[in-house]
Amino acid sequence: MTGHTYKLARFFPLPPLAMMVLLVCGNVLADVGGKMAAPLPQRQAYLINMVREDCGSCHGLTLKGGLGPSLLPQALQGKDANSLAQTILNGRTGTPMPPWKPFLSEAEAAWIVEKLLQGFPDAN
Amino acid sequence: MRIKRLLPLVFLLMQGCATPGLRGTGDLGVVVERATGKVQVVETTGRSVLGEVAGLGDLSHATVVFSRDERYAYVFGRDGGLTKVDVLSRRIVKRVVQSGNSIGGAISTDGKLVAAANYMPGGVKFFNSDTLEQVAEIPAIGKDGKGSKVVGLVDAPGDRFVFTLYDAGEIWLADMKDPTHPVVSKFTGIGKEPYDALITPNSRYYVAGLFGENGLALLDLWHPEKGVKRILGDYGKGEQRLPVYKMPHLEGWGFYDHYAFVPGVGHHEVVVIDTNTWTQAAAIPVAGQPVFVVGQPGSHRIWVNFAFPDNGAVQVIDAATRQVIKTLQPGLGVLFLEFTPRGENVWVSARDSGKLVVYDTADFKKLTELPSDKPSGIFFTPRAHKIGW
Repeated sequence: MTGHTYKLARFFPLPPLAMMVLLVCGNVLADVGGKMAAPLPQRQAYLINMVREDCGSCHGLTLKGGLGPSLLPQALQGKDANSLAQTILNGRTGTPMPPWKPFLSEAEAAWIVEKLLQGFPDAN
Repeated sequence: MRIKRLLPLVFLLMQGCATPGLRGTGDLGVVVERATGKVQVVETTGRSVLGEVAGLGDLSHATVVFSRDERYAYVFGRDGGLTKVDVLSRRIVKRVVQSGNSIGGAISTDGKLVAAANYMPGGVKFFNSDTLEQVAEIPAIGKDGKGSKVVGLVDAPGDRFVFTLYDAGEIWLADMKDPTHPVVSKFTGIGKEPYDALITPNSRYYVAGLFGENGLALLDLWHPEKGVKRILGDYGKGEQRLPVYKMPHLEGWGFYDHYAFVPGVGHHEVVVIDTNTWTQAAAIPVAGQPVFVVGQPGSHRIWVNFAFPDNGAVQVIDAATRQVIKTLQPGLGVLFLEFTPRGENVWVSARDSGKLVVYDTADFKKLTELPSDKPSGIFFTPRAHKIGW
């Protein structure tokens, strides 16, 4: 458990306590009125960078695909938002897609899907 | 009187303008700034950035090969762009968009052909290295009749190229001595999802890493008629493989005696392979899942960087004792390591910290930091003379 916290703390640009508060609040907010709350602005910037750079290592920096498939709006058209979020969180067995659950809340995965479907923002 | 005294100086200055200082290119390199479509031109003697070249397109996962005179860098971008950059004048000489989605490149033994490996549509295209005019194309249609993404393209001695079909699970060996008539030998059924490959420093073996199953596929280029052999099929068997947040790279394996040091896929390990028997000799626990495992020239040290989320660390292994002897924290998002040709310095790119960090490899002291916009690959010109790099 300590190892896990240490790893997350290294990875998130927030002190562990603030991070936990954020994660917990994020999850609580997520259920208000059945609508997922958007992450806070600082966290949004972090997530945008993560999708562009780390997801981008397989899906391409412009998200038009690489070893992994394209994540552009036209490629995702007609796909169910919830199942896309589940793919992000749990990965896809039989493919190299890993589960991102250790690093993302459900609300954050839903937010990423929403942004992907609209055309993902630039990191800068 | 005064003017007279100044005249020699004026003359000198004018001369300076007329003939810009001559210099060689052996201590130059390019750094890919992946988000902005630029490369920085750097020099490793004074350890500085000389300038930038812009307009190279989407450079995520970009790779670079050099002309045999070490003057021109051929930059392969993810968007299918192939750009020839003059590292001396820091200008784009020529740029073509040769496919929709590209992954890597290579240059022929004689330096006349530049080859680009493509995802979409899958295949390898060959270009005249002077003009970037396309001279040949090998579409990657697997035995299954379907198009395949191409990975692990390397040049091999004798104007040959070797590459791997990711979707079809095949290795192809193309003899390009006569570019108008490529002679292709195909090795099918090599394993599931080969993700990258390399050629060993003695240019004898081509090795492809498998993602979809255990082990590696090995082709002896001195005896291609013997076919592809599976090695290390037992690696990690019965163990839970960790999720992989970044595919490892195979280029630049570390070697010590007849032992090769390679990334353990889905494990926090560097695997040691006995290349006499092609069996596992040891596994060295490290700080995360290795991405690059590279040997320091002139040394028995092996340097390792890691996949997300452990990509802030770099570890150094003593290949003789198989122990981690040093852990460095150069910055956030460490993507790449490049040694100066004789190994006295190593340049590290820290993408999320926006900098290059240069270390003295003898005492691990940081020599300098240079600002760089989301740097990924660092490529020094002496690569021009290394087979398969």
